[in-house]
Order: sequence, then C-alpha cells, then structure tokens
Amino acid sequence: MVSRVAERGMAAIVRDAGIAALVALGVGAPLLGLKTEPAGGGLTLVPRPGLLLAAVAAVFVGRILVGLLMARRALVSPAPRAVLVPPGVGARLGRIAGPAMLAFALVLPFLPGAGRYEVDLATLVLTYVMLGWGLNIVVGLAGLLDLGYVAFYAVGAYGYALLARHLDIGFWTALPLTGLFAAGWGIILGFPVLRLRGDYLAIVTLAFGEIIRIVLLNWVSLTGGPNGMSGIPRPTFFGLPFSMAGGEGTFAGFFGIQPSPLHRIIFLYYVILALALLTNFVTVRLRRHPVGRAWEALREDEVASRALGLSVVAVKLTAFATGALFGGFAGAFFATRQGFISPESFTFIESALVLAIVVLGGMGSQIGVATAAVVMIGGFELFRDLEQFRMLVFGIAMVAIMVWRPRGLVASREPSVALGERRRVDAEHVAEGRG
Amino acid sequence: MDYALQQLVNGLTLGMIYGLIALGYTMVYGIIGMINFAHGDIFMVGAFTSLIGFLLLGMGGVTFVPLALILVLVLAMAFTSLYGFTVERLAYRPLRGSFRLAPLISAIGMSIFLQNFVQVTQDARVKPLEPVIRGGVVLATGGTIEVTLSYMQVAIILTTLVVLAVFTLIIARTPLGRAMRACEQDRRMAALLGIDTDRTISLTFVIGAALAAVAGMMYLLYYGVIDFFIGFVAGIKAFTAAVLGGIGSLPGAVLGALLIGLIETFWSAYFSVQYKDVAAFSILAIALIFLPSGILGRNEIEKV
Repeated sequence: MVSRVAERGMAAIVRDAGIAALVALGVGAPLLGLKTEPAGGGLTLVPRPGLLLAAVAAVFVGRILVGLLMARRALVSPAPRAVLVPPGVGARLGRIAGPAMLAFALVLPFLPGAGRYEVDLATLVLTYVMLGWGLNIVVGLAGLLDLGYVAFYAVGAYGYALLARHLDIGFWTALPLTGLFAAGWGIILGFPVLRLRGDYLAIVTLAFGEIIRIVLLNWVSLTGGPNGMSGIPRPTFFGLPFSMAGGEGTFAGFFGIQPSPLHRIIFLYYVILALALLTNFVTVRLRRHPVGRAWEALREDEVASRALGLSVVAVKLTAFATGALFGGFAGAFFATRQGFISPESFTFIESALVLAIVVLGGMGSQIGVATAAVVMIGGFELFRDLEQFRMLVFGIAMVAIMVWRPRGLVASREPSVALGERRRVDAEHVAEGRG
Repeated sequence: MDYALQQLVNGLTLGMIYGLIALGYTMVYGIIGMINFAHGDIFMVGAFTSLIGFLLLGMGGVTFVPLALILVLVLAMAFTSLYGFTVERLAYRPLRGSFRLAPLISAIGMSIFLQNFVQVTQDARVKPLEPVIRGGVVLATGGTIEVTLSYMQVAIILTTLVVLAVFTLIIARTPLGRAMRACEQDRRMAALLGIDTDRTISLTFVIGAALAAVAGMMYLLYYGVIDFFIGFVAGIKAFTAAVLGGIGSLPGAVLGALLIGLIETFWSAYFSVQYKDVAAFSILAIALIFLPSGILGRNEIEKV
C-alpha cells in the first residue's frame, strides 16, 4: 500500500484522497448533512450542506497530507526495530523525570501563582494519577483488562459516605476500612470471573461496573438513588477541623494563623499526594516481591506460569484486590473532597478514562502513567468550554494512540528482575497477558 | 396466563432485535477474534439513519407504508454499512497483528467517538417518531387482559426472519460466505489459498453493520424514541446474547438473543423494571462462568 503510493506518485494520492472524500460524503450525509429538529410535536429536518462540504473537504485534504507523508516515509527506508534499547537519553531522562516531578508536586501549593483553582486542579490530576497507578497493577502488571475499575472507586466513595453517616466514623478511621471494603469487593467480583480469558474478563468487569452503578441508582433508601448523598464530612488535620470561624480547636486556631479556605484545599492536595505516593511505593515494592513477579510472569505467559506451579486464581486475585484497594482509597478521598456523591460520577466513561491513562502511559510504567494523567486531565481542563467536543476528541485520541503507539508513551520497560546486566526491553517484545 | 403469553410475544420481539445485533458481534469475533465494542454504537447510528430516512420520506410525501419501510430499510443499511466499513478501516485494520488488547481499546475509543459524534451533530434530546404501523390482532381475550400481537411486532419478526434467511444463504451458498468461513477457520491458510482476507474482513464488518442497521430501524419502530446512548446497553446485551449462544456460532447468537429478550421481558414483568439490566448482565457473568463456550459454541482447545 505504502510503496504503491510512492511509486505512482501524486496521481495515486489524489485518487486515494478522492475515494476517502467520497466515503466521508456517504458517512457524513445523513448525520452531518441533516439535523433533526423538534417541530410541533414531531421532528423536522434542517439541511446543513455547508458543514457536510467542509467535513468532506477536510477529509480530502487530510488524506492527501497523509498520503504525501507516507510516500516520503516509504522513500526513506525504515530503520530496523531495535530489540534491546540501549540505556541512552531516554533512560537517563526517565531517571531524572521521576524525582523532578515529585519535587514539583511537593512544592506546588507554595509556588507563586498557585491559587485555589490551580491547587484544586492539581488535586484532581493526582486523583487520576492514583487511579491510574491502582489500575496499572491490574492491567499493566498482571495483564488483566478491567473495564469496571470505577466500581471500586464507587465502593470506596459510598463506603466512606455510609460509614460517616450511619456510624459517625471520621475520614482517617474510615480510609483503611473503605480500602479493605473495596478489596473485599474485588475478591468477591474477581473470584468467579478470573478464569476467563482477556477480552471476556473485560466485558464481565464492565458488566459488574454497570451492575454496581444500577444498584446505587435504584437502592434509594440506602444510597439516595439519583439524588446521591450529600453532607459527607470533611477530613480533619489530626483531629483539628478546618473552619472559617477559627478559634480554639480548629486548624487555624491551633497554629495561630488567619483562617483561610485555602488551608483545607492545600491539605486535601497533600492527602491525595500522600495516597498516590503510597500507591506508587507499594507497586514498586511489590514488583520485587514474589507476588509482583508472579503477576508479571502471568502477564507474559499464563500457561508457563501454571506449569511452574503458580496458582493462577490466587495470583490474579491478589492483583485484582490490590488494585481495588487503591481504587477504594481514591473513592473515599473523592467523597470527602466533594462532600457530595451520586451515581453520575461513576459511569463507564470514568473507567474508560482511567484505562486510557494507563494505556497512554505505557502499561506498567509508573512515570508514564503519571505523565498521561497530567496530559489527559490537563487537556480536559483546557477544553472545559467545549464540553461536547472534548469527549469526541477523547474517543479519537484513544483510537489514534492505539494506531500510532499501541504501547503508550513510555514503550520500553526495565525488567523487575534480570540476570546479569539490566537492559531495557522494547515493549514490542513484551508479550501481553492472556488474561 | 394471558399476561405471560403477552410477555412471551414482547420478549420474542425484543429478542429478534438483539439477535440482529448479536450476529454482528459473533461474526466479527469469529473472523478476527476481537470484541467489536463499537458495534452497539453502529446499531445506534443505524437507528438515527432510519429516523432521518423516515423524516425524509415524510417530507417527500411517500405515504404508502410498505414502500416507505423498504426504502428506509435499504437506505439505513447502505449508510450504516459505510460506517462499519470506515470504522474497521480506520480503527481496526492498522492494528491487525498488534497485541491483543490494542483493538479492544481502539474499539472503546471508537464507541465513545460515535456516541459523541451523534450527540454533537444531532444534539442530546430524545428523538421521537410517530408510530408508522398501527393496530394489531387480538390473540386471546380471556381473563383480565387482552393479548395482542401488534402489526408492528409482526413486521419486526417477519423482517428479522427474512433478513436472517438471506444472511444465512449468503454465508452458506455464496463465494463470499465461503471465504468468510475459511477466514474464520484459519486466516493465514485462507490467505495462502488466494483469499483476499482484508477484503473479506471488511465485508464482514459491512454485513454486521447492515444487520445492526436493520436492528436499529426495528428498535426505532418498536419503541418510537431513540437517543445517542441506546447503543451502549443494547450492545452489551447483544454481546451477552452472543456469548450465551456460544460466540462464533451464528444460530447460537440468535438463540442467545431470544433467551436474553425473554429473560429481560419476564424479569421486568414479574420482578422489577429498574433491575432488568442487572438481570441481563448477571446472566452474562453466570454464562461465562458455568458455560464458557455457550450453548452452541465449540470448546476452544488452548495450544501451547
């Protein structure tokens, strides 16, 4: 295909683009060219020829550009793909990037220009970094595709809200409980389904995520149904509440400083930073632990792992439960930060977003996932005004990333355990898990 | 008893619609072994093209119902299959030979894209359509309620059966069907024997999308309202049906779909409407755990 375009030159490219434009015309004609508008009880059609023509023209021009690019690339013979990447610039950059990002994250609230909005946004980004790292354990390390990760996020959030409402338990006591609760759910849901192969597992986890959402939506007496739960208590600073009134027994009063709404926001920022770092620490340590090595072994070759005596179900369950644990933590944090939760926040799109972060980051790479979360949530925030279009772009981006770099941004990884010299392996040669 | 009979009729109608979607899943899975996550949204696009077709004919003054139905059917199938073709070309073909999760993730992206594409171009409001076919026959009047079989249901069941018959003939008798079955058994061998596998896969997507368009049109006729989100749940249910029947098996998909339609209808009628999706999804989990190869599926032997 590529060489054919190169040989025949411009005429072939234009012809190719013409066909693409024709297809675009057909695809666009009903939905772009005609708009259904409500009119007197029924619907009527409003033609939009301009929009349709613009779209077709865009496809035509775009296809010509792609054709030219491909023709040029075909002339320059492609370099042979290296199996082992030498520890060059990339690796050194990776070694610096981690500590640099951490240092930046630590001082961020005190940087000049970091106001309420910036710290709030950073908190949101860190929530997704944490979710990404949590899901990374399941998808990146153990190779199990989980499309229902948001279920554990929801379990954590509702778990904390219910504990606080009915048992009057504070955030810090509730946090480990919600984590364990979510991990318990991970085991309950995981146990029956972990025998399934990769893509079946994906669909079943998706179904579980939906089931939990539907139950939350309909169990009105417990969860408030679509109205959600409000008045979720905020966390305290070692027992000192953040209050605008100040005075004895509050954070501002204890330290003798002027009460400010910024205190709680900055405190929440550090809470999620600590939680995210905990996730990272546990993941990094577990990778060196027999359990983590079993996860990666399972991802590489399930049959071989079984032959070597690994209990596949037990190994998968630990991965599932560990991922769920951190999802639960993140959920409890989400509930306490928002003060209000409803099933709206736990839709499939949320799972897809976290999965996209993990995949874009390069499955298994901690720094890649963090970068992807910053890019993704930051990008979402930039296009805040284009509410409708950003999901459109999100969908295209997911496809484009898969086509362009199926292994994500950080496509090579360092083996957790190596015999002799430690070399980075190109991800093309890391087989994926079979689920 | 009459109530149950009425539910049976409704359930079978719903099952027929799911069956048409499920065939698309099962064909694609059979031939390239991937779950075409965007298939539910192709179905939704089919429903929208049908809606636009009906509106166009209404404005054009076509009032003879059978003619309108056939015209819309052809239009919807044509335009929707173009979507199937484009999606495969852009999102799946470049990933052939990539690692296993890549096409699935790409498909999820495509699904999100299609949903939002329709939402942006046609807005998020629910789209109503006046009933095209009215009336029905009363099957039984005994007891407290009348059991009716509406002409709409008759039309849906008949159309589905005709489409299924044509489709079965294509698979069983035509060179294309033979090529598809060959690719399903062994794609590399089929390629060695001179079958254009890329073209065959493309055509599989086209046929799947055309069937989804029929389902979309039936859905529009049956419920009278559509929105951009109908593809998600319908897609998962149809996939459930395909798995229940044994993924890769065409009669299995229809059988599974009829079962899902019946279960969903009876669950709504006798237990709770809110939890009908939970019922369908639970069946998916149960089917996969206890009957991983489905009712009519073959056991897969894992080779090392």
